[in-house]
Amino acid sequence: MSQRGVRLLVAAAIGLGVLMAGGGPGHALQPDEVLPDRKLEQRARDISLGLRCLVCQNQSIDDSDAQVARDLRRVVRQRLVAGDSDPEIRAYIVERYGDFVLLKPPFNARTFLLWLGPAIVLLCGAAFVLWGRRRSRAATPALNAAEQAQLQKLLDDREPPA
Amino acid sequence: MIVEIGHYALVLALALSVIQTVLPFWGARARDASLMGIGPVAAVGAFVCVAIAFGALTWAYVTSDFTVRNVVENSHSLKPLLFRITGLWGNHEGSMLLWVLVVALFGALLAVARSMAPGVLRADALAVQGLISVAFLTFIISVSNPFARLVAPPAEGQDLNPILQDIGLAIHPPLLYIGYVGFSLVFAFAAAALIGGRIDAIWARAVRPWCLIAWVFLTLGIAMGSYWAYYELGWGGFWFWDPVENASFMPWLSGTALLHSILVMEKRDALKVWTILLAILTFSLSLLGAFLVRSGVLTSVHAFATDPGRGLFILAILVFFIGGGFALFAWRAPLLKTGGLFAPISREGALVVNNLLLATACATVFIGTLYPLALEGLTGDKISVGPPFYDATFVPLAMALLLLIPFGQALAWKRGDLAGAVSRLLFVMGVSIVACLAIVFIQRGGPVLAVIGLWLGIFVFVGGVNEILSRSWKRGAPLSVVLRRAAGLPRSAWGAAVAHAGVGVCVIGLAAQAWSIETLGSARPGQPLTVGPYDVVLTDSFSRQVANYREDVARFHVLQGGVIIRTVDASKRFFPARNTSTTEAGISTIGFGQVYVALGDAGEHGLGVRLYWKPWVLLIWIGALIAAIGGALSFSDRRLRVGAPTRGRRKEPAGKEAVAIATVAAQ
Repeated sequence: MSQRGVRLLVAAAIGLGVLMAGGGPGHALQPDEVLPDRKLEQRARDISLGLRCLVCQNQSIDDSDAQVARDLRRVVRQRLVAGDSDPEIRAYIVERYGDFVLLKPPFNARTFLLWLGPAIVLLCGAAFVLWGRRRSRAATPALNAAEQAQLQKLLDDREPPA
Repeated sequence: MIVEIGHYALVLALALSVIQTVLPFWGARARDASLMGIGPVAAVGAFVCVAIAFGALTWAYVTSDFTVRNVVENSHSLKPLLFRITGLWGNHEGSMLLWVLVVALFGALLAVARSMAPGVLRADALAVQGLISVAFLTFIISVSNPFARLVAPPAEGQDLNPILQDIGLAIHPPLLYIGYVGFSLVFAFAAAALIGGRIDAIWARAVRPWCLIAWVFLTLGIAMGSYWAYYELGWGGFWFWDPVENASFMPWLSGTALLHSILVMEKRDALKVWTILLAILTFSLSLLGAFLVRSGVLTSVHAFATDPGRGLFILAILVFFIGGGFALFAWRAPLLKTGGLFAPISREGALVVNNLLLATACATVFIGTLYPLALEGLTGDKISVGPPFYDATFVPLAMALLLLIPFGQALAWKRGDLAGAVSRLLFVMGVSIVACLAIVFIQRGGPVLAVIGLWLGIFVFVGGVNEILSRSWKRGAPLSVVLRRAAGLPRSAWGAAVAHAGVGVCVIGLAAQAWSIETLGSARPGQPLTVGPYDVVLTDSFSRQVANYREDVARFHVLQGGVIIRTVDASKRFFPARNTSTTEAGISTIGFGQVYVALGDAGEHGLGVRLYWKPWVLLIWIGALIAAIGGALSFSDRRLRVGAPTRGRRKEPAGKEAVAIATVAAQ
């Protein structure tokens, strides 16, 4: 193969490598995305951790490698730099992607059973335990006079504990 | 030929399982000992047959027999031998075969173990276990055959998903399955007790060892899965309340509750109905865990429809066993008599609160996992339930439970004395508070919740240690006497103390993550990045060809005060067979903490890296391991050991009197 051919081949290989690298998955939050302002960046991180990556099984956009997550991280930071408050940014994103994007579902008519469910189970369980106690106590007859006397005798005869 | 032998053995196993189901059950009804005696023989035979089938498929994988479709789809001739074997259960058909192998194994173990269970109970339990084998063997043979051949075999396989080619995920499924399936035997015993209409302390003793085995393996399986996620998925997290994780966590929670309620049943003959319910519930959750994950329902409702035949079959099995279990319960449970009494402030009372909290915690995870599915199915609305939900609901419950552990241990059976328990715990409280404050002082503060968590962890750990100390230490006694007394304590006491100490260690590790440090940066050779007390510097990068993948490695040095203390490699692997790549985080253990290096993209400023310093992170898994060891210790207790000769019953003269007094006191 001529020298020129070799050079072409190398160039093609490098180009292909670059293309493949570019087309591959992105990664979780990258250094170049970080805002210079530390306070703003911390807010960005906090918001990101509460937003779900839409294409992953169950990851926040902060942890996700997906391109969508990267885009969302960028949106969050753009809105922060533009001066939006945290709730405004969340509302902005929910408006576009729906409640699905929030890892902490809002409390409303559709989710009150979700949020109150654990408390309801705990209270019902506690009530059930108390009811069971009362029932089993009622089911056990008290000692009659003769048994009571026998018990007293046993107690009296008992040696004092060492 | 070997593959056909495997297939044939599977059919034979089905026939033997049918015999295992029908004959002992019939024998138990007809009180025919010879019919009941066939059960164990059939169970062992079925296990041997499934083992032959499993061996045959393993052989096909090891020899890369690409005439078998399952091997083609999940293996590659260049794959290392270990992953060729473990690839067997890295897919649907193979993992079902592993599942059935474990079901049959437990049936065979029950058949050969010299259980203290009465003959009829054992025969019925064996029959129910056989029925579970029948259901899954029928499933495998009819719609999920791993031995199917290809008419035109390819020259090379399609390889296993690279993310599964890892030692962690190789041993995670068997551990988890032994845990899940172990609870099937507990379920079988519960069903048998309901059929027989008799349940007492002997039942509890017969069941507890099986429950312990299942619990130990489930604990190890979950811990293994979590550690795998931590080092393989490359985002430094170890638990995300993912539906897949929750699916294994739910049976663990209810299994833990079961382990404790069985204690009350054994000791006091109380909580019978509840214990039976828990036994049914735990196996139901195991089934749900194993199969909803496999069928993909948890991630998307629509995944079920991708293969309707299989989906419906699995659904039918779920409905049959869960529905059947609960129907049997509803029908027969009212016949069970309530047992002994105990005062609210007592070990039993504490165990009831333990069960209440664990059951609520389990329900919380259940609601959080399935609510989005139900809502989507009913209204079409999609919501996500992530870590913030569990932080607000599960964590308070867990904290209450942790606080209860040392108190429960310090209370006496039957009738306890709260003031006495508190005074016995003063030492534990003092030590834990001092230790916690010392740590927080060294760390210069921290989030309030994390400090509370840290204290709870130390409190539970010291409480566990104190449990042994307080029972063996006596003022003025020489050390040799103390050691002898400690060694003389029952293994179950050791087991409980060690398991609880392990939970404490795990919680300390979890709480310590609030102090972890993260650094994002671009790594350039020779320019260190600081993460917590350490500096990390890129020293070298190179590529290498390993077995079935190519690897780009970035080598870092970890420095402390300018001195190199560790070398750590992080890498990206490219698997040509599936045209996919994985990232391998570089992890360097320093004490119980770890420096964690995750690679990002190469940019103009250098190689993007995410660095973490995670103090005491290893304690999370060491704690789980200690807890599992505690379970194993408890299992080895003489009075529980499967096959141990039972000691003759001696009535102690004082026993009756004490019971009489306590009964009066309880009223």
